[in-house]
Amino acid sequence: MPLPKPQGKCKKLKNKYLDLFLTFFYVGLVTFGGGYAMINVIREIVVEKKHWMTEDEISDVIVIAESTPGPIAINLATYCGYKVKGFLGSLLATIGVVLPSLIIIFTISMFFDKFIANKVVAAIFMGIKCAVVYLIVTAGIRMFKKMKKNWYTLTVTVLIIAAMAVLSVFSVSFSNIYFILIGGFLGLIIFGFLQKKEGGKS
Amino acid sequence: MIYLLLFWEFFKIGLFSFGGGYAMIPLMQEACAKHNWIDENMMLNYIGVSESTPGPIAINLATFIGSSQGGLFGAVIATLGVVLPSFVIILIIATLLKTFIKNRYVQAVLKGIRPVVVGMILFTGISFLLSVINVYPVNGDVSVLAICIISVLFIVGTSYKILTKKNIPTIVIILLAGCMGLLYLI
Repeated sequence: MPLPKPQGKCKKLKNKYLDLFLTFFYVGLVTFGGGYAMINVIREIVVEKKHWMTEDEISDVIVIAESTPGPIAINLATYCGYKVKGFLGSLLATIGVVLPSLIIIFTISMFFDKFIANKVVAAIFMGIKCAVVYLIVTAGIRMFKKMKKNWYTLTVTVLIIAAMAVLSVFSVSFSNIYFILIGGFLGLIIFGFLQKKEGGKS
Repeated sequence: MIYLLLFWEFFKIGLFSFGGGYAMIPLMQEACAKHNWIDENMMLNYIGVSESTPGPIAINLATFIGSSQGGLFGAVIATLGVVLPSFVIILIIATLLKTFIKNRYVQAVLKGIRPVVVGMILFTGISFLLSVINVYPVNGDVSVLAICIISVLFIVGTSYKILTKKNIPTIVIILLAGCMGLLYLI
């Protein structure tokens, strides 16, 4: 009977897929606050524990994750899954990292309206809303500090805030996506084409 | 129909959110306002829950908004929509274009986008701040208590940063603010 051999192979493959899924499920389950907290957990597991990637590789992937749209944790899971086990691996890793959020938040959302109707809970959430304001404002400030400051970045940051304020006061609808597209276009012209010419001259 | 709309809106959000989770908040806020899904007050509650539960904020928020509009299927669709663009883009980069990110034109575009995202997040933060303390849009009296709570958070957060050189853990801020929220009962 030639059956046992391929079966054994299959089992080994299956385990690796299962491993990817469970590992990233764990990552999604234990990391609070997302983003950068997750990067460290993923780095520890993927590089030090599982040896799926080297330190250099994961640094490259973090750069890619920061430059592509979407949550960084998702980008890392997808890339790592692909590296270990191809398309199916990336699919399982991505589903794994998303699933805890989906289950936990969906469960909360079923009870949330009743929960928030409670007087004490509502009061607690009045406080939490202040925390959210703090977190978003400090995230903005942190990103501003990290950003390279030159005439372009400073002008654009100020203009965006001013434009959004004006649009909001006059209730004009103008999608934020257009701002991003305009920013990308300006970047391409200024940093892609104009600065290239300067570089050529010097 | 709502499912199609959820998918489309969250797909766009997933496609255009450069710079991590916080970059998604202005886009989600906009989509919710446009379709009257949830108001700013509820949005802040949802963000609060998303910050205090495990997982990426953007995914939590997408699931929450999706669930509020279309139940379990809505939650799945919204999450799928927000994840799909990054999934596809990363796959393309991983398979074909490992040097794509280092391309000077791609870098130029990203350089152009970065300050836009920073401006958007700062504006969203300021507008949430004004809304929580009832300055704009005007909704009754200015909330002195909210101003006090936010001031305390800034003092605690800044002191923590000065003393430890690290950012204060999110969950500490949430717990602290939640406790101070009890003052609203008095």
